[in-house]
Amino acid sequence: MSERQEFLLDGEEVPFIPGQTVLQAALSAGRYIPHLCYHPEFKPHGSCKVCTVKSGGRTHASCTLPARAGLEVDSATEEMNQLRRTLVQMLFAEGNHFCPSCEKSGNCALQALGYDLGLTHAGFRHFFPDRPVDASHPSLLLDFNRCILCELCVRASAEVDGKNIFSLSGRGIGKHLIVNAASGRLADTGIAATDKSVAVCPVGVILKKRVGFAVPIGKRRYDERPISAQALEDAPRPPAATAIQETQ
Amino acid sequence: MVELSWKLLLNTLVQRHGRNPVRLLQMLREVQESKGWIAPEMIADLADWLGLPGSQVRGVADFYSFLHTGGPCRYRVLFSDNITDRMQGSEALLDYLCGRLLLEKGRVSEEGLVSVDTTSCTGLCDQGPGLLVNGWAIPGVTRERLDQIAELILGRRPVEQWPSDFFVIQDHIRRAGILLGSGLKPGEALRVASQRDPVSLLEQVKASGLRGRGGAGFATGLKWEACRNAPGDQRYVVCNADEGEPGTFKDRVLLSRYADLVFEGMTLCAYAIGAAEGFLYLRGEYRYLLEPLREVLNRRRAEGLLGRNILGRQGFDFDIEIHLGAGAYVCGEESALIESLEGKRGIPRNRPPYPVTQGYLQRPTTVNNVETFCAAALITHKGGDWYRSIGTPKSAGTKLLSISGDCAKPGIYEYPFGTSIRQILADCGAEDAQAVQVSGPSGRCIDATEFGRRIAFEDLPTAGSFMIFGQERDMFEVARNFVEFFAHESCGFCTPCRVGTSMLKGAMEKIAAGHGTACDLGEIEALDRVLNQAAHCGLGSAACNSTLDTLKKFRPTYERRLKSLEFEPAFDLDGALARARRMTGRDDAGAHLETEA
Ligand SMILES: Cc1cc2nc3c(=O)[nH]c(=O)nc-3n(C[C@H](O)[C@H](O)[C@H](O)COP(=O)(O)O)c2cc1C
Ligand code: SF4
Ligand code: SF4
Ligand code: FES
Repeated sequence: MSERQEFLLDGEEVPFIPGQTVLQAALSAGRYIPHLCYHPEFKPHGSCKVCTVKSGGRTHASCTLPARAGLEVDSATEEMNQLRRTLVQMLFAEGNHFCPSCEKSGNCALQALGYDLGLTHAGFRHFFPDRPVDASHPSLLLDFNRCILCELCVRASAEVDGKNIFSLSGRGIGKHLIVNAASGRLADTGIAATDKSVAVCPVGVILKKRVGFAVPIGKRRYDERPISAQALEDAPRPPAATAIQETQ
Repeated sequence: MVELSWKLLLNTLVQRHGRNPVRLLQMLREVQESKGWIAPEMIADLADWLGLPGSQVRGVADFYSFLHTGGPCRYRVLFSDNITDRMQGSEALLDYLCGRLLLEKGRVSEEGLVSVDTTSCTGLCDQGPGLLVNGWAIPGVTRERLDQIAELILGRRPVEQWPSDFFVIQDHIRRAGILLGSGLKPGEALRVASQRDPVSLLEQVKASGLRGRGGAGFATGLKWEACRNAPGDQRYVVCNADEGEPGTFKDRVLLSRYADLVFEGMTLCAYAIGAAEGFLYLRGEYRYLLEPLREVLNRRRAEGLLGRNILGRQGFDFDIEIHLGAGAYVCGEESALIESLEGKRGIPRNRPPYPVTQGYLQRPTTVNNVETFCAAALITHKGGDWYRSIGTPKSAGTKLLSISGDCAKPGIYEYPFGTSIRQILADCGAEDAQAVQVSGPSGRCIDATEFGRRIAFEDLPTAGSFMIFGQERDMFEVARNFVEFFAHESCGFCTPCRVGTSMLKGAMEKIAAGHGTACDLGEIEALDRVLNQAAHCGLGSAACNSTLDTLKKFRPTYERRLKSLEFEPAFDLDGALARARRMTGRDDAGAHLETEA
């Protein structure tokens, strides 16, 4: 047993296992830092930047910041929460999110994060991108309008399902999700409704057909309790904590 | 038959690259060059041969600006769109060529013959406007030249048969110092080094105080040492010749005229860190340098300066391979460059780990700028203490500047660190400068009150771009050009940069169109903050510099454009009714919003 190591999160001690990042250690210790593209079963990705914290006068994505003894990290500050609100507003503005008509409403991490951070308005002009829906698959629907490009489906399909159904294409604001079929249609891939890549999508892009609104709005996941409470339950606790090996 | 020809081409190409997925980008680039585009069947075949998902191959192809998957096109003309090109009339010239070819910008002509569009700075700022035809650079474009080009295109003459004087690029070396004037002969520095052990070479570089010339200014000796000491048995040397920062072209001149010095520096680095393989990552815009550089490599091999047992020293094996980029500024960022070298989309990695411990193929890798390697060769030959005696205490040696914009003598100037902006402006004949953009759009914009400041890491650090703006230039348009550049070049990985640079661009467009309000200035400031705080790499965090600086120093050029200081929607309500008016055939007062009010 190595010596117990700690860093400070908002002034309170958080223990960590060497190899863990600040976010991983915080969640394992029951401390919440808002995050979106991080998922406890996958390597930290570091793209959404919602998990940004301040340490040593600089900002860092906490999901990829290696925990170190003696580190002093500020997360629950108005400055960081304001930054997170702006980032969430940017994600809303980038896609087409009409929550009232979305089957994921109430189960959606983006929406839940917006509520939890106290977002009250759009903040930015929306881009209204033109993103056609792919309804080709008999049991799955792909509504790209809501994609936040977290790459969880890409990672899940490659690492868990071993299928490489999803990839990213384009660059900059034109970056978008594509599927691995010459036709570009989901129906021509080997995806199954039981795949991890389907379950992992945090927003309403990859949806199962014919189960829509089975649970009524008002009784859904984040209707019960805010995302900050639930993320803690999802996080692995020691000694099962998954350490970050390498981030790419 | 057509089908057979591309199957054959792909087959030989894939074999030549050893069916190695790491070489995917090089293969795609070659397909693009020989076929004019990358067709879906070719993507599928490449994927099959390399054992990659087709979507991944497409994802790589669609990341790079110079790879085209949309359809064939025999002549792709790309006008360099840096602010210095615009100052030299590039926008009107582009329109002129479109007119001559009866084309719309960005559209391929009906028969797949030609398209005309813009591209980020091509590094011909001292002899602009520049353009690329199927990737080949043409400087000093004029209407007369465009008339000739239009005729060649309409006559379907292959680019290889175009007059060679179109493609002559000048070096414009205006001021040589210890580096440009060293007269060092191939192998001279290597001979000095190979008589001592690698560690003493390392000590020389450390003693010289040399800091990286690519922008970040990391101590070169420490980087080499960290790489040497990193665990692993294969190490790599990478020369960053991506030179994408708008306004920079000094690496182009070093590679054209001083290629031996660059390769010598890389070989010395290999000796110091214990590497056997090196790469030069050459930006796609410098495609025309590929063959000349390969010739230099061949000559050096023949002279025993590369290959096995270099200079007869047993076990000193090192060779260099050139990889071409394909139009992505972000690939100048060292970890994105490594991803690109590995045949992937050029996305900056999460750090740590840094390249010195886990770089190319997750092995220890030293990445340095072209100029850094040249300086290292000089230091090896003349000694670290000598080098340290030049420049300022914190910034040893000299710096190459690529000077362009409003001045009489644009070109390459070598100065000891510590030289003032005023001195530089006087030397290049810039009498009436309003502002200088030091180190490109990622750097800082300084106004006349700051011309006493000096080029140095401790004052005005620079990667070498030096763009001068005369009194008559509109600094808002300068900032807008830079904002467009970042939006175009954002890799799209992280939220703040992917979305934020596009929002910044939108806000600047709104202001330019005369619809801006004080509210938009507030939005720009908010976006600047988010980019600064949360961007994943230097591209995003620098993307706000130009608006930050010009808003502070040239605010009136923004405010002059604002429609009012009150809120103004980006959306023109009355304009939106125009279609309804057309359809109903109405145009009376009641059909207009404004007159109703
Ligand atoms: C967006 C971006 C673009 C860059 N482009 C270049 C480049 O074109 N050439 C270069 O040498 N360094 C570039 N850099 C800096 C490299 O990441 C790296 O610091 C440099 O190559 C290290 O070499 P040096 O220590 O010799 O300067 C860039 C950095 C960023 C963030
Ligand atoms: S489809 Fe879902 S999981 Fe995949 S990138 Fe988009 S938001 Fe993330
Ligand atoms: S800051 Fe921009 S270029 Fe850098 S990783 Fe983020 S999106 Fe890509
Ligand atoms: S959760 Fe850390 S960047 Fe997305």
